Amino acid sequence: MFLLRCPHCQEAREEEEFSYAGEAFIARPADPEAIDDAAWGDYLFMRKNPKGWHWEQWVHATGCRKFLVVKRNTATHVIEGSWTLGEGRKIYDAEGGR
Amino acid sequence: MKKDYSIWSLIRHGLRHHEGWDPAWRSPVPERSYNVVIVGAGGHGLATAYYLAKEHGVRAIAVLEKGYLGGGNTARNTTIVRSNYLWDEAALLYEHAMKLWEGLTQELNFNVMFSQRGVFNLGHTAQDMRDIERRVNANLLNGIDAKVLDVAEVKRRIPILDTSAAARYPVLGASFQPRAGVARHDAVAWGFARAASRLGVDIIENCEVEGMDIEAHRIKGLETSRGYIGADRVGCVAAGHSSVLARMAGIRLPIESHPLQAFVSESLKPVLDTVVMSNAVHGYISQSDKGELVIGAGIDHYNSYAQRGSPHVIEHTAAAIIELFPMFSRVRLNRQWGGIVDTAPDACPIISKTPVKGLYFNCGWGTGGFKATPGSGHVFAHTIACDEPHPLNRAFSIDRFHTGHLIDEHGAAAVAH
Repeated sequence: MFLLRCPHCQEAREEEEFSYAGEAFIARPADPEAIDDAAWGDYLFMRKNPKGWHWEQWVHATGCRKFLVVKRNTATHVIEGSWTLGEGRKIYDAEGGR
Repeated sequence: MKKDYSIWSLIRHGLRHHEGWDPAWRSPVPERSYNVVIVGAGGHGLATAYYLAKEHGVRAIAVLEKGYLGGGNTARNTTIVRSNYLWDEAALLYEHAMKLWEGLTQELNFNVMFSQRGVFNLGHTAQDMRDIERRVNANLLNGIDAKVLDVAEVKRRIPILDTSAAARYPVLGASFQPRAGVARHDAVAWGFARAASRLGVDIIENCEVEGMDIEAHRIKGLETSRGYIGADRVGCVAAGHSSVLARMAGIRLPIESHPLQAFVSESLKPVLDTVVMSNAVHGYISQSDKGELVIGAGIDHYNSYAQRGSPHVIEHTAAAIIELFPMFSRVRLNRQWGGIVDTAPDACPIISKTPVKGLYFNCGWGTGGFKATPGSGHVFAHTIACDEPHPLNRAFSIDRFHTGHLIDEHGAAAVAH
């Protein structure tokens, strides 16, 4: 059971209030018609699934219903922080997008 | 070569107070190189090694295990074996495994306690029942035993199930597979380990793969915590850690690792002589030979490698089980645990060659790999030995995520196991 801080509500709330929404910052190909099946399959299905730090999306489903990003360690469940998508993206990019 | 287990060996060793048993498998020091290295000594990996040695005559096989043998998902599942899958590809693969299960104890000379006590999949809504009829008809067309039972028949066979009109989850009927059942999961790993070891397979525990030596898109060997081990072919059967191995090879997988939790109660007198599953309420239950109720939950939705999940998932499942079986409401739980399952987007496994020559992956079994153990090992051994998929796992190639030929088994596989 996690406590997740919602950056919109500015509240730390129980995991059950949130829904998990998978790996964060997967860019949809700008022009899907221009890419081949392999690139489209990669976008749809292939995931980093790291053992360690993971940038992931959650929805504050029973709260403000907004999306947020969380940096969480999948091996230890330690949470480094949670941000709005925009704020999180800046930190993610500064880390080199891993 | 050790002697076969038999009633006579049991009596002979019994008279010596069971002090003369040999270890069931050898624990050799790793050689410098092998023809085939299997990564992961769970049921699937050991079965692969066994069938490689037995059916394909491959010599110089090693199975590497980062922890201890059968200490991962093999020992963490709820031991259910069934083959009532909807789509032809999946149904034929799981039925292949079912046929191997039926002779496995004799094949391995090790009692895997395979008990064909039947599996019920409950239907709670009119749509559940329509799906059940469709799945049962599909099973029958594939030669798999299956029946649709009405609520009166379900009540007759499982008297303790709440089938009353006032039930929180009304039972309208069920599908029933008579040949399905449970097996002793540790015995499956130990039996395959012993049988493989007798055929000369080296099982090397406490040996973690730390890197892959790949030259010109061909596997050459593995860097491990016990030194470099050369290999012509490598089969990865690492369940929840498949993505970690794939990353070493520069391959991306459509796999996400999730905790799957289960729990057992204190031992009770015999009360439930079959397996009951309900996809709609995320629960499944059977009673072990020790008398414990064995109960499984759905996955925790977040990615994790931590072999533990969140309590609310267990609470949800326990609540559902108590609604189905009100008499269990005051049963106390003994243990709960989590395993890390490798879920694929279509709830079907990947048993496949990869872009790296000589490197093969068997993963993506998600919440339901135990039931497939012998079949999975059998077709994966063929894939490795022949460098070509077996007809039964051709459709389970990793390419399907690029061609779009997914095998959508969420209806039969995703929630309950």
